[in-house]
Amino acid sequence: MLLIECPWCGPRAETEFSYGGEAGITRPRDPDALSDAEWADYLFCRSNPRGNHRELWNHAHGCRRWFGVERDTVTYRISRSFELYPAAVPETDAALQSGPDNSNGGD
Amino acid sequence: MQAAQANRLREGGRIDRSRPLKFSLNGKAYTGFAGDTLASALIANGVGLVERSFKLRRPRGIFGSGAEEPNVIVQVGEGAEAQPGLPATRVELRDGLIAHTARGWPSVRFDIGAINDLFGRILGAGFYYKTFMYPRSWWKYYESAIRRSTGFGRAPAASDPDAYEHRNAHCDVLVAGGGPAGLMAALVAAKSGARVILADDGTEFGGSLLACGEDVAGAPAADWIAGIVAELGEQPDCVLLPRGAVLGYHDHDFLTIAERCDSGEPVERGLHPPVRERLWRIRAKRVILAQGGFERPLAFCNNDRPGVMLASAVSTYIHRYAVLPGRRAVVFTNNDSAYRTALDLAVAGAAVAAIVDSRPGGGGELAIRARDLGIPVLQGRVVCDVTGRHRVKGVSVAEWSGDSWENISKTAHFDCDLLAVSGGWSPAVHLHSQAGGQLDWSEAQLCFLPSRARQCHDSAGAGNGKQSLGDCLIDGLRAGTEAVAKLGLTPIAIEAPDAGSAREAPIEALWRVPAEKEADRCLKQFIDFQNDTTVADIRLAVREGYRNVEHVKRYTALGFGTDQGKLGNINGMAVLADVLGKTIPEVGTTTFRPVYTPVRFGTVAGESVGALYDPVRQTALHEWHEAVGAPMEVVGQWHRPWYFPRDGEDLHTAVARECLAVRNSVGAMDASTLGKIDARGPDVVKFLERIYTHNVGRMKVGRCAYGIMLGEDGMVMDDGVMARLGENHFYLTTTTGGAAGVLNWLESWLQTEWPELEVYLTSLTEHFSTIALAGPNSRNLLEKLGCDIPLDRESFPFLTVRAANLAGMPVQLFRVSFSGELAFEINIGSHLALQMWRKVMDAGREFDIIAYGTETMHVLRAEKGFIIVGQETDGSVTPVDLGMNWLLSKEKDFLGKRSLARPDCLREDRKQLVGLLSSDQRTVLPEGTQLIEQTACGVLETRPVPMCGHVTSSYFSPSLGHPIALALVAGGRARKGDNVFAALPGREPLPVEVVSPAFYDPKGERQNV
Repeated sequence: MLLIECPWCGPRAETEFSYGGEAGITRPRDPDALSDAEWADYLFCRSNPRGNHRELWNHAHGCRRWFGVERDTVTYRISRSFELYPAAVPETDAALQSGPDNSNGGD
Repeated sequence: MQAAQANRLREGGRIDRSRPLKFSLNGKAYTGFAGDTLASALIANGVGLVERSFKLRRPRGIFGSGAEEPNVIVQVGEGAEAQPGLPATRVELRDGLIAHTARGWPSVRFDIGAINDLFGRILGAGFYYKTFMYPRSWWKYYESAIRRSTGFGRAPAASDPDAYEHRNAHCDVLVAGGGPAGLMAALVAAKSGARVILADDGTEFGGSLLACGEDVAGAPAADWIAGIVAELGEQPDCVLLPRGAVLGYHDHDFLTIAERCDSGEPVERGLHPPVRERLWRIRAKRVILAQGGFERPLAFCNNDRPGVMLASAVSTYIHRYAVLPGRRAVVFTNNDSAYRTALDLAVAGAAVAAIVDSRPGGGGELAIRARDLGIPVLQGRVVCDVTGRHRVKGVSVAEWSGDSWENISKTAHFDCDLLAVSGGWSPAVHLHSQAGGQLDWSEAQLCFLPSRARQCHDSAGAGNGKQSLGDCLIDGLRAGTEAVAKLGLTPIAIEAPDAGSAREAPIEALWRVPAEKEADRCLKQFIDFQNDTTVADIRLAVREGYRNVEHVKRYTALGFGTDQGKLGNINGMAVLADVLGKTIPEVGTTTFRPVYTPVRFGTVAGESVGALYDPVRQTALHEWHEAVGAPMEVVGQWHRPWYFPRDGEDLHTAVARECLAVRNSVGAMDASTLGKIDARGPDVVKFLERIYTHNVGRMKVGRCAYGIMLGEDGMVMDDGVMARLGENHFYLTTTTGGAAGVLNWLESWLQTEWPELEVYLTSLTEHFSTIALAGPNSRNLLEKLGCDIPLDRESFPFLTVRAANLAGMPVQLFRVSFSGELAFEINIGSHLALQMWRKVMDAGREFDIIAYGTETMHVLRAEKGFIIVGQETDGSVTPVDLGMNWLLSKEKDFLGKRSLARPDCLREDRKQLVGLLSSDQRTVLPEGTQLIEQTACGVLETRPVPMCGHVTSSYFSPSLGHPIALALVAGGRARKGDNVFAALPGREPLPVEVVSPAFYDPKGERQNV
């Protein structure tokens, strides 16, 4: 059972968390502009690497916050946990229009 | 007939001769002593033949002394307390113990199944697959016959009366194994200030020290152990777990230990029965694996006869249990350790006829000591066969050329009743491997040694390949010291105690002993005793094309049994390597998986049984439902009233009455389990626009709307009524089962994708209760209850929400309908809900109000063609399939919208929601019924019959007087009026007519009055 470091609550057992898949999958800003293949890529295709994997976890039975984890898919070693949006988020409509840039998963 | 305990030595051992214990095996009574295992007590009583083997029904006796025992697997206890599948070597003897073996009919001695042994030639690997193929339809008969004749016991029919528990713990250093190395490691760690847990599978600490006659630090080993254990007991943070088997080494240094909390004595089971077994779930910072090693047998003909035993087991029985397993022994070895057994036998009073050592150069210092005692030592010789059927009578000895596959001739014979064998030692690397650690093959020691660790573990002692007692103590000290240093503590200095170590001669490879006939005709050279896997079986597997060790394992059942290959795996892999012409490391090992030793299901379940298996959620009105005797339907964790029977009504009658009461007057239902989410914040409209498919922003304050949400794949995920309570304040309801999932779904989008939106979500599911009132008299009922707002159609139209005071209590009143009738939902704080419900039922008496349950709710909604998510949908149904295009906004994006334009979602022949009417006006189609196409000549002849859909909901409609069904039918909306066939089990397919799903009041006039 993994020991996962929640950025807010500290190290906790895996049973407190739920898994959210690969981190950094950004919802396209204009889905209608995408071809079927491009949309399918966003919808279904994940990198599934052997080695370091950035993924989402939710502290479901704790603070209920989502955060990122870097985990080696071979050894299961977790090198770090990170908040997705550590900085203050923009509140202007302009920022909303352009959408959040979380392609980096948020460090 | 043997005298009682004829094989018991007069003195010595760790048994208590003042506490004799009575026990029975297969109905025959014996006595033993406290401190015995079932195995040692049987040997003390001279019971050599104990069991029949799994496949060939060969006579078998006790072979080992611990977790590796393959032969004698017993069932202990009777009735509900019976525990199957226990090796006799791990069963602590207690007074009154009742044990049975799994096989042997009519008796172990005269087993009718022994005929299998005569057919050994055709019972090789893969026998079942090859033999029971034809005719195929007979497999079901073959299978039940085969299953009856196999197995290691019978599972009790009654539920386990014992109590079990789980315990979580953290520690700095977990030491697995309390032998010499483990004790030293634990001692240095604990005294250096680390929090230590020391666990050992045995009833007492000491491991191999309990089974040897050596001195430690100038004192008998037992005294030294007692001193160390006492010292550990004084440490402030040291937990000692004897009878604690470390079962598994999981990710991130999480380990499980099964602790047997008693010796299996009968207990008083009151309200709080004592815990029989405890599962420790431990997160350790450092782990030291000191579980010792397993001695390997040797593969020669008839190496499984009762009276053939592991040399180390013989020593264990002599030293620990004061039992002499034979009077005249031969020792057969390829290494030095078995010489110690020969010495032990001689000292205990047995005659040692010979030590047969395959090595031309013989042994080291211990061999000299054996010769000094006058024991004949034969070098460069092997035992090639055993005589005696129910008990060893003698052994044949031949010269050994070093070639495993070259036929040999016997040159000598020795009479004996015990053959002690040793094929070398394999460190117990199971936990190391479970943790992901690597193994290196040592050509010098002929075993796999633990090498690079993947997690925070280290191996010590015999488990790390150390052979002498002195080396084990030093290695334990080293491992403990290094662990302490890695924790950042300062290790204290401890001297390793003095212990004997003899100069040893190196081991020699002897994976298969040649015989007088070719290897493929030697059918009795056993590798895995429990599964009757032989050298010939492994050769057969290779001949038939198996190359990979994992495949050979599965084909031959090598390592499948309760011992999980502890005894035979390395020998099997070595033989396989030899046959394949590869090296042993090239062939490699099979995967080591938890659990290390078999564990009770009760231990795994812990407290999570019965009422504690799963939480039960009850609504605020539960008390009332129970008082009137409503049967409950379990929906997720919720218990919801299913129907409210009167005067012994059955489901069908009660539901018919409830349905008609709602349609004709008024009914009340507890709808409290619906998920309720309060959503508010300046960006809430923006957020909900992206989640729901309809135009949320157009809803005026005070309006309600039916909303659905889709997954990004375009499939319907959940539905419910939402209400706009304020400019930036919404009240969302979800399905009962979807409540938690929807909240998580919404949160995940807010937190991971749109953090710039300021929206706050709060679950109100249990804070508010919901009483649904449905029926033409529902408005009259509210008026009678006393409501402070106008309820007429113009002031309080359909699909609106109002805050009100009802019967003196504050409520939110929703005018929504899931039945198609004029209907209201009273949302009220849960603390007031029961009071309100009682007032509703009182005031409703004038209208002959009835309470209705989930079944009536389902019928009423099905009559209207309203869907239930999870019933009409299954994760592959789009809103278009359901005919809900009117809910899909064209003016905005929402989750899943793009997917609705994928080619597959645009297919005309997708399954679409329709209604079905049975042609016979009688048959209520079973839900899930497959629908097949009609053809000119009736049902299609092709097999399998092409299917065009399935029934999702089906009921008898009391209001309409005939059965109705909802179904998903390929291209169904364009097929109204067509007939399809319902495939019914045991009946001719029934024609059903495709119709609109809205069976009752299709224009929706009744809800809008």
